Amino acid sequence: MSITSDAPVVRRPDPLPGEQPSAAPDLARYLLRLGDDALVLGQRLCQWITRAPTIDEDLALSNIALDLIGHARALLTRAGRLDGTGRTEDDLAYGRSDREFTNALLTELPNGDFAATVARQLAYTHYAVLSYETLAHCADPDLAAFGARAAKEVAFHRLHADRWTVTLGRGTEESARRMRDGLERVWPYTAELFEEDEVVRRLAASGTVPSPAPLRETWLGRVTEVVTEAGLTVPTPAWSATGGRSGLHTEEFGPLIAELQSVRRQFPGGTW
Amino acid sequence: MPGRCPVTAPTTAPAVDEGDLLAHFDALVAAGETIEPRDWMPDGYRRMLVRQIAQHAHSEIIGMQPEGAWLTRAPSLHRKSVLIAKVQDEAGHGLYLYSAAETLGVDRAALLDALHRGQQRASATFNHPALTWADTGAIAWLTDGAAVINQAPLCRTSYGPYARAMRRVCQEEAFHVRQGYDLMRALCEGTPEQKAMAQDAVNRWWLPAVALMFGPPDTEAGGADARTAALGAAVSRRAMAWGIKRHTNDELRQRFVDSCVPQAERLGLTLPDPAIRWNEERGHYDFTPIDWDTYREALGDDTHWARQRIAHRRAAHEDGAWVREAAAAYAARTDGTGGEDE
Repeated sequence: MSITSDAPVVRRPDPLPGEQPSAAPDLARYLLRLGDDALVLGQRLCQWITRAPTIDEDLALSNIALDLIGHARALLTRAGRLDGTGRTEDDLAYGRSDREFTNALLTELPNGDFAATVARQLAYTHYAVLSYETLAHCADPDLAAFGARAAKEVAFHRLHADRWTVTLGRGTEESARRMRDGLERVWPYTAELFEEDEVVRRLAASGTVPSPAPLRETWLGRVTEVVTEAGLTVPTPAWSATGGRSGLHTEEFGPLIAELQSVRRQFPGGTW
Repeated sequence: MPGRCPVTAPTTAPAVDEGDLLAHFDALVAAGETIEPRDWMPDGYRRMLVRQIAQHAHSEIIGMQPEGAWLTRAPSLHRKSVLIAKVQDEAGHGLYLYSAAETLGVDRAALLDALHRGQQRASATFNHPALTWADTGAIAWLTDGAAVINQAPLCRTSYGPYARAMRRVCQEEAFHVRQGYDLMRALCEGTPEQKAMAQDAVNRWWLPAVALMFGPPDTEAGGADARTAALGAAVSRRAMAWGIKRHTNDELRQRFVDSCVPQAERLGLTLPDPAIRWNEERGHYDFTPIDWDTYREALGDDTHWARQRIAHRRAAHEDGAWVREAAAAYAARTDGTGGEDE
């Protein structure tokens, strides 16, 4: 090995064919948001495993968590290449501070009881299928392929959420009450999923990725159908939460990230 | 090859002589045929199988806990994915095995109740705490490694549903062992602190694996005194005659030690047994015999962790009672299948 310079070698990401150079930082931020959603929700679902109401549910929830972590890995990897820093999936998952995560607040909400988790899954999965389907139509072939695959996987998670929403809503008096409480609890956090800001507007204007805002109507129609079948009503909260996309999180988020990163931070320079 | 005997139980077929049924059963086993749920079988055979399959199923479910506790802390997203998949496999193994047990006329809910009430037990291996990330590697490499050696012969066990469940289980377990070894290799090639963490985990998981995963000593050569060996051997002999087991506990234990020593050497880790050395004459590695004192020392019976494992399982079950009730009520109302019937 010949050493030509003492300067540290910074690995530049490979240029991506067909990529609009000016769109890359915005696209990176957008993909990071989706990746953080999947990572943080996957982390929350990991907290259920060995604690689910049945062993079948331990299996189902771990299956969903595994898919979510898979989506996070693909999205973070891509974001790290597009933002010009060359950061890996693990640099992004383990090397950022709480304030640098841009997941929607919905995904970080504590699990609560099983009904609250089902309500969170219902809101997220119906959103994520729509959001990944828009990616599936974007010009970048790799991203389009990822969007198509992820939309298919999340459609299974959506089926799981739909079934449980109806089962709990129409099960017993107690389960119906808990399902209603669960929906009330998570609903103020759903508006943020469809928020538009400068990043999203620029991406939409350049035709890179459509804005999530117009998806809200379809989303509401679909979840209303499920909630109605469950014999319940879609909540109409008087307030809605925001802040996740700009790194302003709930107080419960700090411990979640601390736990996620604890081993890796305890062994600086480690290889895993 | 003996023909099948379509008799479900002696009580439903009073005209058939039990001696003939037993002779037919013995002939099937001797011919290496599998016994199927509708075949007549001796009560002792059924009881031994239920006990063994339930204990195995419980061990899969309880065994999810020490590793499950590290899912949220896995130090890379790749390792996190691998660990989720492994814990998920264990839940799946528990389900296959409960289903196999159900073919013997017991139901899953009753088996889980027996576990929760302390009437049936999981392997005491999991009465040990997983204290560091390296423990997840040591568990996969050593205890799953022991499980593969223990369970490979069960793929040919005489009871059909058990043998078929074990074929799937063993394939996945073999994969877990390779992942565990790979995790340990990464730590051993990392910083000195990481390697120390790996060695510490091996120091704590070696004895639970080598002692508890194979059951108590059942030969004098394996370290049991004459009386214990006779007792253990009698149980093993019965299980072997019925084709449930194929080897003594001590034979399988030796096979495990023989496979682990070179692997530990390649990793640069020391197995915590100073007596381990190659015995040219025997063609095996010598190791400290697992006598009853060693076995009891490894048990970790009635400790904080033994209680904690069951308490954790029971809490999950009790917290989920309303969900199972809702699923049952919904299924009853719609004729659908709303979830697990417990």
